Amino acid sequence: MDDIALRAERVSKVFGQSRVLDDVSFELRRGEVLCLAGENGCGKSTLIKILNGVYTPEAGATFSFGNADAVSRITPHDARALGIHVIWQDLALFPHLSVAENIVFDDYVASPFRPLSRRAARHQAREVIERLGVPLDPDTRVEDLSIARRQLVAICRVLRAGARIVFMDEPTASLTRNEVQTLLEITRSLSAQGISIVFVSHRLSEVLAVCQRVTVLRNGTLVGTYSTEGMTQTRLSQLMTGRELTLTPRQAACTGEPVLELRNLSRTGEFEEVSLTLHRGEILGLTGLLGAGRTELAHVLFGMNRPTGGELLKNGKPLTLRSNRDAIRNGIAYVSEDRLHLGLVQNQSINMNTAVTVLDELEKPRGFLSPRRLRELTARWIQRLGTKVSDAELAVSSLSGGNQQRIVLAKWLATQPDVLILDCPTVGVDVGAKAGIFEIIRQLADEGMSIILISDEAGEIWMNSDRVVVLKAGRISRELTPNATTEASLEEIINA
Amino acid sequence: MSAVSALRRTFRPGAESLEIGIMALLLVVSFAFFALMAPGFLSAVNVRSMAVQLPELGLLSLAMLVPIISGGLNLAVTFTANIAGLTTAWLVQNALGDAGVIGIIAGIGAGLAVGSAAGLLIGVIVARVGAHPILVSLGAMIFLQGLGEFLTRGGGISGMPAGFQWLGSGSLIGIPVPMLIFLLSAGGLAYFMQFTRTGFSIHMIGSNLRATEYSGIDVRRVLIVLYTLSGLLAAIAGMVMLARFNSVRVGHGESYLLITVLACFLAGANPFGGFGRVLPLVLGLMSLQVIASGMNLMGASQHLATAVWGAFLIVVMTLRMPFLKRS
Repeated sequence: MDDIALRAERVSKVFGQSRVLDDVSFELRRGEVLCLAGENGCGKSTLIKILNGVYTPEAGATFSFGNADAVSRITPHDARALGIHVIWQDLALFPHLSVAENIVFDDYVASPFRPLSRRAARHQAREVIERLGVPLDPDTRVEDLSIARRQLVAICRVLRAGARIVFMDEPTASLTRNEVQTLLEITRSLSAQGISIVFVSHRLSEVLAVCQRVTVLRNGTLVGTYSTEGMTQTRLSQLMTGRELTLTPRQAACTGEPVLELRNLSRTGEFEEVSLTLHRGEILGLTGLLGAGRTELAHVLFGMNRPTGGELLKNGKPLTLRSNRDAIRNGIAYVSEDRLHLGLVQNQSINMNTAVTVLDELEKPRGFLSPRRLRELTARWIQRLGTKVSDAELAVSSLSGGNQQRIVLAKWLATQPDVLILDCPTVGVDVGAKAGIFEIIRQLADEGMSIILISDEAGEIWMNSDRVVVLKAGRISRELTPNATTEASLEEIINA
Repeated sequence: MSAVSALRRTFRPGAESLEIGIMALLLVVSFAFFALMAPGFLSAVNVRSMAVQLPELGLLSLAMLVPIISGGLNLAVTFTANIAGLTTAWLVQNALGDAGVIGIIAGIGAGLAVGSAAGLLIGVIVARVGAHPILVSLGAMIFLQGLGEFLTRGGGISGMPAGFQWLGSGSLIGIPVPMLIFLLSAGGLAYFMQFTRTGFSIHMIGSNLRATEYSGIDVRRVLIVLYTLSGLLAAIAGMVMLARFNSVRVGHGESYLLITVLACFLAGANPFGGFGRVLPLVLGLMSLQVIASGMNLMGASQHLATAVWGAFLIVVMTLRMPFLKRS
């Protein structure tokens, strides 16, 4: 088993002034599942790109593969020949082509004028699909598939191309819990076939479940490689951040008066007869599997969709929301789970993204939107939420996930809401930044804001909620307090 | 001190000042080239004729810029200008002819209203139906063209009162009136895009309509306002065209349509929406006019000037690419 598939030593990389990788060693055994862990900017992607032949490392590095001679760099051609493949988060598939055409695509890279036989392609694709044992139809167009299925296509594609070493970049980020399980099983079966897999994920529970070893990078240096046996999430996040993250479960605050009341709220096909009361200063955890109706409920509370039954009360008075503008006027704010497409206008500046919710207040006198006041507003919130921003005129997409999420929080806090709905607020946010976000959320609740925290990470919910409501198939299935349960049993309840 | 910092903010570092720089450079280079090469380029007659010719294309380009920033397009700008001009011409000649200056003003008001209404129609359909602006404005363009040809039976209306013609050929404080109208419109639009909620929202919508909607912006209202504004600017162009040629017919200025798109992209407007500024557009339009007039003075064909415009777009885009990639 100690058969080495790839060994890299003394790997460094300098971009301009900054040394993003400093004397890192990396070792991958044949047929193992290794996790490459570290916060954003720790050098993970750079290392992957060097091993994949995209970047050239600084002189002095050596790479060896089993019994072949060591080389000083891996060219893209070497990477192909050695079967090193990367499945990036965006998968890089061709949405308009069929599953089969995507899978056999690499056969045609070298000989672009070779005519494509659809029959042969379908046959070859089916072979790989069967080898992997996944439910894929070779004739479906990739754009018609769910993200999870597309991922399977991407895996089939690298298998077809003769992958021996596969890097998977955040493969579980947009999958539901069941889909994650399927993916983890496939990962295991690949490793049983002798393929080495490097798994990059922010979800530590998955890392520990599927990987045999974990290599931790921090600020471009190697912290170490550890066996996952006996490793805990807390220990791993300490290794990644270099900090003790002292987050203790929230002590249930004594709850204040009711702020938002849902009475038998329904929306046909999405959720049925949901009744709950949100109190002042309370963090209400709303959990359940993806598709249980969590986000759908949030959309109704934010006025994006109309309920088909039941009623909604704000501070004891009936509330009808015709649009999300009504919701915002009534002090309800919603942080979307889809930061990329709905939470922020990625191409526009940090300033504009922060100010977009309060333009009415900034346009005083009428007809003059003061750029000075706009900048002051952003600067104030950047400071208050501890956001790392070099220039607020830059596109918001230039920020890391954690800092982007702080901008999303800022734009909603600027509206001075009394109800804040957070839909998976830590998606794509790395470990250290997650803790920072929850610190902010807890403080807001302590200041009297009522918060609905939607998440499918049991740990997050258990740690940060005063009360937890579990949705199942559109209905409330359980209501409990974290004090009366453990993280593990909450996890079981969610998955039950 | 504050004036300096205000200036610095207006010419922010990065992509935007880059666009202004490129366009200013283009203008200076083309101006210097033709000043040296083209006989009589610096003569008062030529300068004045450039200042009179530029505003039509200029106003139509402003009408195109707003939808482009919002991520759309308004293909109906030229026919909107025609319909607005026809409305004004017909009313002034037939209904308001005896009312003198008041009649002219009322006629202009009606023309601008009709142009705005054409924009409003496009805006409402884009906002309510959610169809792509290219399809909607293409439909509106053909509709206005057909309607105008039907009403005029393919002919035109000519012969406006002298008071109206002043708008096309008069001068105020030494500046030709059409140029003045163009500069005022450009200044007003620049202010609107930069310093109002709606202008702000147009940029946001252009980059991501759904995220803007989730932020609590009434995106439908913004879409309706911006296409109405586009229609209004096209109608102003229609007034200037009517005044300058003392006549109007459907199809007049039709060839400007794609040139307005070219001018916007030349000035760095993002084809995918979200970005584009008025000042680089004004500078870019001036360069195009300098090229056209200069080549004309050198005896080159007008068609060759058009070819040079196209070549310029390609050259400028090519030069711009490495800068955009870096940022």
